[in-house]
Amino acid sequence: MAKPTEFRIDVEKALGKTEVRAHFRKAMDTLMTNRRNQFPDDAALQALRTQAQAIRANALSKLPELLEQLETNLTKNGVQVHWAETTDEANQIVLGIMQKHHAQSIIKGKSMVSEEMGLNHFLEERGIEALESDLGEFIIQLDGETPSHIIMPAIHKSKEQISKLFHEKFPDIPYTDNVDELTASARRILRDKFYAAPVGLSGVNFAVAETGTLCLVENEGNGRMSTTIPPVHIAVTGIEKVVEKLSDIPPLLSILPRSATGQPITTYFNMISGPRKADEKDGPTEVHLVLLDNGRSRIYSDPELLATLRCIRCGACINHCPVYVRIGGHSYGTVYPGPIGTILEPQKEGLKVHGELIQASSLCGACGEVCPVRIPIPNIINRLRHDSVRKDTENTPTQDAGTRRKPLEAAIWQAWSWSASHPSLYNFGGKTATQLRGLVPNNLGAWTKVRTAPKLAEQTLHQQLKALGVDHE
Amino acid sequence: MSNARTAILQRLNSVERPVVDVSARESLSVVSWDKAECIHRFTERMQAVRAEVHRSDRGNWLDKVAEICKTKGLNNLLLSPKTEWGQVITQNAAQFPRLKHYERSIEDWKEELFYQVDAGLTSTLGGIAETGTLILWSSPDEPRTLSLVPPIHIAILDTDKLYTTFAKAVKTQGWLEQGLPTNALLISGPSRSADIAQVLAYGVHGPRELVVVLV
Ligand code: SF4
Repeated sequence: MAKPTEFRIDVEKALGKTEVRAHFRKAMDTLMTNRRNQFPDDAALQALRTQAQAIRANALSKLPELLEQLETNLTKNGVQVHWAETTDEANQIVLGIMQKHHAQSIIKGKSMVSEEMGLNHFLEERGIEALESDLGEFIIQLDGETPSHIIMPAIHKSKEQISKLFHEKFPDIPYTDNVDELTASARRILRDKFYAAPVGLSGVNFAVAETGTLCLVENEGNGRMSTTIPPVHIAVTGIEKVVEKLSDIPPLLSILPRSATGQPITTYFNMISGPRKADEKDGPTEVHLVLLDNGRSRIYSDPELLATLRCIRCGACINHCPVYVRIGGHSYGTVYPGPIGTILEPQKEGLKVHGELIQASSLCGACGEVCPVRIPIPNIINRLRHDSVRKDTENTPTQDAGTRRKPLEAAIWQAWSWSASHPSLYNFGGKTATQLRGLVPNNLGAWTKVRTAPKLAEQTLHQQLKALGVDHE
Repeated sequence: MSNARTAILQRLNSVERPVVDVSARESLSVVSWDKAECIHRFTERMQAVRAEVHRSDRGNWLDKVAEICKTKGLNNLLLSPKTEWGQVITQNAAQFPRLKHYERSIEDWKEELFYQVDAGLTSTLGGIAETGTLILWSSPDEPRTLSLVPPIHIAILDTDKLYTTFAKAVKTQGWLEQGLPTNALLISGPSRSADIAQVLAYGVHGPRELVVVLV
């Protein structure tokens, strides 16, 4: 048998942690209930999903034009726009801006793209402190971890673990497991950091081409602090986040928080259209936007895979995924976990690195049903499965397409498909198989490790239907 | 122009783009609530996220705000003396805790702003009934930090400017025609987080308390 992969080992380990699993189950149940309560009227929900899908699809259909328009308008507003093909280029751009200001530290609002860039690690290697200010991100950074969920990064941690962690890292603060007190401590610590930070970083939820505006959703206020207090603000985003018009924003804002955490709206919706003006008294004097490609334009070139880029990163697919709830976010070994990670990561990083993720799905369809922009996630999983074994690899942009193709497997399927299109042969094969059913071994390798071996029926389906008088031809 | 820009745009432009049906894009949700219903919904939503909402009218709002300051035991109140409300409050300073006027650039008094201000008072551009939301636009008189840094944010909302939905507010107020400010904000409650074991906690980085005075 093949050596178990890293993914399988991680999954095995995660499944063994009963307590953590129970914790995830409870958290996801709450999130699912909260979301359901936000959409009491199914017809209204479906109409809003159709609208949100249309807004995102429209934006993608004009992507290059909108990116240029966004750049023009941002520049007019005084924002400096940078383009990066790779995460390394994006990191270099951020570093360049920091060096220009002799900045030794950066304070960060929540940004999954900065996780994608591995920005913290990159900066720390160069002696620059990168501090997370979102409470969840702050907690996992203390413990040297990465987010296990795209909107609730510390969801895998219990209150007790967090209490211990705080006490260990800040011995001066008396031990407490009171959530309000823990939060107040974090507030105090980070206030001083905001006060002193020379540069702030944020992600972007939507960028409006028409007005040159960067929109951010958040509850804590750290996003506002990071983009308001430091003299320099750097926003990083994927090139797909742009929308055409200001009027596209309200419907998206209406569906995003409700799908994500089941809130009618987030505490803050922050729309930034430029740096501090001459007569203003606060706000950064410099604002930068880094537009990152990192494989997105490759995904863009395929009409089916393109739907992946509609994603507004709400996390609903994750919250509803039966695989995610069992194995947790870290087992995926990727920046984006859950269904969205399952389709995005193999496309971004190639099938050799993350191709295994697409096998870890029961295709139950829950993700596709809740996605606010109607991304057909199960279909894309199927498509990527096909890509991984296809022969005509020139017809897909997916990296490492065909690398999972095994000659024997391919030959078997080919023979099957040939026999299936020849009825008499197919029937003969079916009957023979049922007659030889006793010969199926009990040990079928990996399959029987966690399951009993399947037994063939005594009669084929065709035979049984015939006996019932159904004409199947 | 940078190479990355050219390369990315070139790749995107080389794709034969599918024609998409975007007819659903414009559909506006139509709700028609009268003023009383708007106030009711706004208040309910705000209170659900632990914001305080006080009713008042043109005759007694000043006393209401003064009373709130007293109840909260504020030592000082930060505001702009130039707004409609700020002017009147400044004229009646005796009723209030020590008034601080936001008159200098943040760099000139950052420490005081961060550590010695009890509450910030702002006007609002309007409100949204559906979600229980305040609209604030940054301006030279009322900078962004006025509603962000002090631990208590007191906001005054003229109920004539309460709109049913966000889309309606954007349209009626003509945001596009006016041009957006450097920072347009929607605020729907005090700062909060559920990052520790999904337990709700308030006042993470922004104000711990949000007090809305409806006039
Ligand atoms: S794929 Fe859909 S459900 Fe999942 S995060 Fe993206 S928008 Fe949300």
